[in-house]
Amino acid sequence: MIIRPRGEDIKIIGYYLGKIILGLAFIMVVPIGVSLIFGETNPLFDFLIAFEISLAFGIILTWICKTEKDLSWMQGMIVVSLSWIVATLLGALPFYLSGHWQSYLDACFDAMSGFATTGLALVQDLDHLSYAHNFWRHLIMFVGGQGIVIVALSFLVKGFSGAFKMYMGEARDERIMPNVIHSSRFIWLVSIVYLLLGTVVLGLTGMMLGMKPLNAFFHGACIFMAAFDTGGFAPQSQNILYYHSFAFEIITIIIMVLGALNFKLHYHLWMGNRKEVLRNIETKALFFSVVVTFSVVAVGLLQAGVYPGAMTLLRKGFYQLISGHTGTGFQTVYAMQFKNDWSQLSTVGLICAMGLGGAVCSTTGAIKMLRVGIVWKALLEDVKRIILPERAVVVQKFHHVKEVFLEDKQVRSALLVTLIYLGLYCFGALVGMFLGYPFLDSLFESTSAAANVGLSCGITNSAMPGVLKVTYMLQMWAGRLEFMSIFTLIGFFVALCKGK
Amino acid sequence: MYALGLVSVFFFLCGPAWGQSVSSDELLKNSGRYEGKRVTYEGEVIGDIMRRGRYAWLNVRDQARAIGIWAEVSLLTQIAFTGHYKSRGDIISVTGIFHNSCLEHGGDLDIHAQTIRILSRGKEIPEVVSPKKKKLSLMLLGAIILLWTLTHLLHK
Repeated sequence: MIIRPRGEDIKIIGYYLGKIILGLAFIMVVPIGVSLIFGETNPLFDFLIAFEISLAFGIILTWICKTEKDLSWMQGMIVVSLSWIVATLLGALPFYLSGHWQSYLDACFDAMSGFATTGLALVQDLDHLSYAHNFWRHLIMFVGGQGIVIVALSFLVKGFSGAFKMYMGEARDERIMPNVIHSSRFIWLVSIVYLLLGTVVLGLTGMMLGMKPLNAFFHGACIFMAAFDTGGFAPQSQNILYYHSFAFEIITIIIMVLGALNFKLHYHLWMGNRKEVLRNIETKALFFSVVVTFSVVAVGLLQAGVYPGAMTLLRKGFYQLISGHTGTGFQTVYAMQFKNDWSQLSTVGLICAMGLGGAVCSTTGAIKMLRVGIVWKALLEDVKRIILPERAVVVQKFHHVKEVFLEDKQVRSALLVTLIYLGLYCFGALVGMFLGYPFLDSLFESTSAAANVGLSCGITNSAMPGVLKVTYMLQMWAGRLEFMSIFTLIGFFVALCKGK
Repeated sequence: MYALGLVSVFFFLCGPAWGQSVSSDELLKNSGRYEGKRVTYEGEVIGDIMRRGRYAWLNVRDQARAIGIWAEVSLLTQIAFTGHYKSRGDIISVTGIFHNSCLEHGGDLDIHAQTIRILSRGKEIPEVVSPKKKKLSLMLLGAIILLWTLTHLLHK
């Protein structure tokens, strides 16, 4: 028998959702500041309006649903999944008001793409977008990469138990520190320290490349946020190609890889335990995966004969590979070049890299390296069982911060999530094909959306069918939250309708 | 007459290489045809002009996308405006050698400029503040103050 949710459940969900909306509203103060600094009056009003609407919703919800109770698992998961939808709807308001998005749906698409750190974009005339709106595009990547809920956990939520449930609902499986609120604050500390360092490095590099100082540091901050949060937005329409700089590419590669590492690993690095980087199953799996997928991409590019010389092949091929594998989506080639110049083999290599992703508890998406490593270890264990004498006791372990014995429960969980991701990639590809797009293009774009990468072969543009825009948005949402909170939300609504 | 016809066809087929501009779409779709050839490309100068010694990068945008132009600094002195939020950049015509993957520049798609001509001058765009947005933001501010006051009074 399905039990219908009680009014009490809805009240608790409403209260914590209201808290998160208030957090989002206060984040909008930052682009308000940017518009004042750059003297941009229309953007100032765009963000004031969005701020006021968000504040109003937040005040109403927290007032009507006022409660002292803590969250249950179900309620926590629903708060998480709903907060991402609400953040998208409210975060899209300043975009829509700017006039640079053809419709509110397009604005929501970019808002979801930003919060989910994907990077697919429908913005029109990006090269004439205001500093404030451009900064908002990148700031929502910074917030989304850390986790919208983590913003609330760090500053607005007092109860630890409910906080932990929301933390887990936002695809953060790992506790970095014993207390989840301290874990959230640590994630912010790491991100802000890197943001300051990264902005300075990129800003100075930009100046040496010939950019004006103000633009160099503005771009530096934006590119850092997009790189570390493996998002992939850039301030100009040419993306990273705008800078025409090998130095810029190297720096962004370093930042992208940092963003793709587990925050737990960052903790150990900060505590001086550098050996963990070499021993960890995720870094080993990532290294191996990059080597294999780059080999496929490189052979494909050699076959296509597009890039003259080893250096150009390395620069273009490796950069796109790392950008795809870390889930960032920075491009130094035009979308049409993926279609026209890259061979099918190199495109398949890139799709595999996008589909695999980076580490768990990082800013990246996709299947993730811990699961890949676990599945690989499980395969080795099964092979050993077959090869070794029947009486032999086969025990497999792996190193992930500590030595962990491989259990069936972990393998089952890893395989289940992997299958769901593969299903999600195929689903988006099928929708694309139903709408008339070629198979490989559809699979490329679908994987890019669902794995929160953002590389595009040209399908994503404002003229694409609305059905496909909604499909990619749902994929970005599902891919970012890793399904559990979304399944809980679906179950909640089913129970609301059919429950007794 | 026959020879004249042949020459006309020849010029027609080689049109873009002989002065007619090509779009970025055309260059990307038929990159093999234009690789290493002299082309003419037109568009708005956007962003910063990035000096790198005797040369500089500028990015020029047509209807579809921006392309990087590598040019000697001496060719760029005539450019007065570049496109940003508050300005429209100069519309220029660039004639130069097209590379789909430039060996000199790490495989970038670019044009090495030989000549640059200003077609129309850009300008600063004064911001016209929307009165509707002003009104809406004031109304919402009033609503929030009311809401906040109400919640506080009811809480007491």
